[in-house]
Amino acid sequence: MITIENLRKSYGKLQVLKDINVSFGAGRVISIIGPNGSGKTTMSKAILGMVLPDSGDIKVNGESIVKKHAYRSQIGYMPQIGRYPENMKIRQVIDMIRDIRKDVKQADEELIGLYGLKDMYEKRMGSLSGGTKQKVSAALAFMFNPQILILDEPTAGLDPISAEILKSKILKEKKKGKLILITSHIMSEVEEVADEVMCLVDGQVKFHETIADIKLQTQESRLSRAIAKILNEED
Amino acid sequence: MNKIIKYVFYDIIRNKIVLAYTLFLLLLSFGLFNLGGSPDKAILSLLNLVLLTVPLISIVFATTHFYNSYEFMELLVAQPINRKKIFMSEYLGVACSLSGAFVLGVGIPMLLFGATITGLYLVLTGVFITFIFVAMAFLASVITRDKAKGIGIALLLWFYFALIYDGIVLFILYSFSDYPLEKTTLTLTALNPIDLGRIIVLLNLDVSALMGYTGALYKSLLGNLWGIGLAFGLLLLWVILPLFSSRRIFSKRDL
Repeated sequence: MITIENLRKSYGKLQVLKDINVSFGAGRVISIIGPNGSGKTTMSKAILGMVLPDSGDIKVNGESIVKKHAYRSQIGYMPQIGRYPENMKIRQVIDMIRDIRKDVKQADEELIGLYGLKDMYEKRMGSLSGGTKQKVSAALAFMFNPQILILDEPTAGLDPISAEILKSKILKEKKKGKLILITSHIMSEVEEVADEVMCLVDGQVKFHETIADIKLQTQESRLSRAIAKILNEED
Repeated sequence: MNKIIKYVFYDIIRNKIVLAYTLFLLLLSFGLFNLGGSPDKAILSLLNLVLLTVPLISIVFATTHFYNSYEFMELLVAQPINRKKIFMSEYLGVACSLSGAFVLGVGIPMLLFGATITGLYLVLTGVFITFIFVAMAFLASVITRDKAKGIGIALLLWFYFALIYDGIVLFILYSFSDYPLEKTTLTLTALNPIDLGRIIVLLNLDVSALMGYTGALYKSLLGNLWGIGLAFGLLLLWVILPLFSSRRIFSKRDL
């Protein structure tokens, strides 16, 4: 569904992505891991067209996305830190996005219900806590039944119950054949929801394999140990 | 695109600055027209005040608005919308609401106290100046991410066009007063939208007789309908240049 070819991106002198080549297929949950500043967010923003690549190409469903915008109707994005117009109410933000996306007839409001956002509809975005903003971001990302979901550290800042709701939602959407990309630092969580792990270090792909393969190769039963083992071996 | 403009409008109308701006212009115009004398005199005083305040308010308001709408734009770029559309909607939303305030604030008193063709030129010039300075504000905002720097650049632009430029022109005219400078002055005028606006209105008032040789030259060139058309064409160019270059930068930038 998504193919990335020779993707390079630098901010000034700092090379953030160095020649990335990967492809992700439908019906999979892929976890993108890596140390802080390894280029995870930049890569997801490049797929969304928010960051423009220096060279290389990104294809969604076989078509290059450079300078296009229509393909984004296929993508739901949940940013790491959701930033919203401060003086808009939750209801106004949701209504606005729905108004812009009128092409989608059936909106998926499951998360709005589960998170009880309707009770807070009249609150201003500026007065919300980080966790509640995350809930709004999650609800918006899943709302239009996108084929691809990009979730940037989705559970950071969510309370355990809300995180659990989100995880079950992710697994539910996966069963519908969607591609879900998650960046995360929490290994137990990765193990719970993901099928594949892609590891970025210093803007390069260190490895990209299924969880079962990783465990088999390293003879470890816990994913966090297995990954630590791989990273240490290469040093 | 109309949908996005709607939300930009909605956002602008809720913060009361545009309303205060309209009231300020209304008060100013009513005051000047009531001061007595002929409406022409009032238009002349109004022109001078308008050419100083309208660019300043437009450029400062548009710059702060752009930085404050960053979150809004970030939210939209993840949606299937062309970035250029987002940018143009922001621009049209800001420029149209400020022009609306101007047309209401200056146009209504003008109609009540006797509208002349000169008054119409003044309103048109004000609208053009608004569009030009909002475009410059957006250019200043896309050049840098830092809000303080952006507002600094915007203020510098205003300083340059409203105050410094005239000083430079006077200096040139004074130092080269031994040479024929008519064509040079004309070119110099075209390089500053505020001066261009001033001349469009002045030439339609009787005071243009006081402007000497250069005034006569202006009158012969810009006094007829063709000349006025040319001057407004130049103003339009002043809208398009900063607008399109900032749109280009915006659509090629990382967010």
